[in-house]
Amino acid sequence: MKNHVYGWLLLTPAAILLIGFTHYPAAATLIDSFFSTGTGLRPSRFVGLANYAALGDDPIFWQVLWNNFWFALGTIPTSIALAMLMAIWVNDRLPARALVRMSYFTPTILPMIAVANLWLFFYTPQIGLLDQLLARFGAPSHNWLGDPRTVMGCLAVMTVWKEAGFFMIFYLAALQSLPPELEEAAKIEGASRWYFFRRVTFPLLMPTTLFVLVNATINSFKLVDHLFILTKGGPDNASNLLLYYIYQVAFSFFDTAYAATLTVVLLALLASLALLQFQLVEKRVHYR
Amino acid sequence: MRVLEKELPLLETAAAWLLALLWIAPLAYAFWAAFHPAELATHFEPLAPLTLDNFRKAWTYAPFARHFLNTVILVTMILSAQLVLCTLAGYAFARFEFAGRDLAFGLVLVQLMVMPEVLIVENYRTMAHLGLVDTILGIGLPYMASAFGIFLLRQTFKTIPRELEDAARVEGCSMLGVLWRVYVPLARPTYLAYGLVSVSYHWNNFLWPLVITNSVNTRPLTVGLAIFGAPESGVDWAVISAGTLMAVAPLLIGFLLFQKQFMQSFMQAGIK
Repeated sequence: MKNHVYGWLLLTPAAILLIGFTHYPAAATLIDSFFSTGTGLRPSRFVGLANYAALGDDPIFWQVLWNNFWFALGTIPTSIALAMLMAIWVNDRLPARALVRMSYFTPTILPMIAVANLWLFFYTPQIGLLDQLLARFGAPSHNWLGDPRTVMGCLAVMTVWKEAGFFMIFYLAALQSLPPELEEAAKIEGASRWYFFRRVTFPLLMPTTLFVLVNATINSFKLVDHLFILTKGGPDNASNLLLYYIYQVAFSFFDTAYAATLTVVLLALLASLALLQFQLVEKRVHYR
Repeated sequence: MRVLEKELPLLETAAAWLLALLWIAPLAYAFWAAFHPAELATHFEPLAPLTLDNFRKAWTYAPFARHFLNTVILVTMILSAQLVLCTLAGYAFARFEFAGRDLAFGLVLVQLMVMPEVLIVENYRTMAHLGLVDTILGIGLPYMASAFGIFLLRQTFKTIPRELEDAARVEGCSMLGVLWRVYVPLARPTYLAYGLVSVSYHWNNFLWPLVITNSVNTRPLTVGLAIFGAPESGVDWAVISAGTLMAVAPLLIGFLLFQKQFMQSFMQAGIK
């Protein structure tokens, strides 16, 4: 239907909100990153790339970026492997399958804040479950979240618990679309279960794996809620992540110009991941 | 579901069960702690008496009733606005040819990647200009035009045969009449899937609500729970468990009742 006026009329309400809360703020963030933070005494002025120079010299920035990298590396491959395993298991017949599937998926629907509340108790020194368990084997008490060496590992375990079930459903859908003849053929050929997985299932699940991988990476940049409860980015920024650092700079240190500069970095990272995702989607279309 | 389903080998069945037990353990543990006296939270006694005391305490330590109300208002407001806005925009993209349509659609999709919580600094400033800081409307407004909703409804509307629309036109339906009588009823499964995802997302959303609210009268459950559960608050573990379970109960119960629907909706949300 060719009708310019109606088309735009229908679109207008959504367009106003989208521009107001996505496009305008994204552009404003970029502009702000070239200005200094205004104060009562000194109004904001153009500083060129000074904020970016400060960014380069800010050791905390590099640390949070590094932390983001480790957080992604520590959580995503494990979650994906577990998700695949879970999907393969509940795709076959086993007693109480619905319960097993439900148990895997339940963490997905909990808010990250609630998850952090639950896990905080496991990691609490002395009275926490982890320390109590280890005490039985004579291990000394350990401040799991207060030690820079263990804090990221603890957060990673919790995140894997939260995310694996979510990724499982994509694998489950992919497995159900695989032709059952493949498995019958493998059986006739006498292929072992592991061989069949390695040579048939795993390669066929590759598009799903790539898709989950990119989505999980994008997610890992947005996942910071737990830090508010568990560590506040500490100790000494050992568990700080980029989005949480932006929050701190903007709302604890009130340096909005620097927060804008950090946000530009985050936007650039997300944009490149989205481009990657877009290309993957294009490829997937060619598969079919 | 496939017709031919294989039996899982015994060893793997055991492993699957073990993992399932491990996976539900943190939540099961929270249940145990919430329904038992505080001193039992740290050591396990299978025959200990049950109590609802922790729930009573949690309910009075924090203004839970108010947080619940705020979250329900927030989630309802966002979903109703989303349904209207996304239906109109999705219809425009699916069935109208207008100048700049493809560019506009591309710009809409940008929001799939740049969710409002990434732009907290600028969006806070905008809300301050609008005088919407510390209001429930302020929490919800950035999410009301949802790229995901527009995309999902556009795809659904595109699959509906044009003949149905033409027939309705012949019967004298107006443009919005066609949308309301033909498109909306046929897209019901999409609306249901989208609604589940939207409600779950905003029930659980935290960062933006935290930034934009600063009083009990506007804070949703997640923000209330974060204040309540913070280690500084000094509230004991059993009470925190009880509070946490109360906050997640509506979604959890919903999920237990409509498992399949939830999983399918979440999957659609992921695939886009």
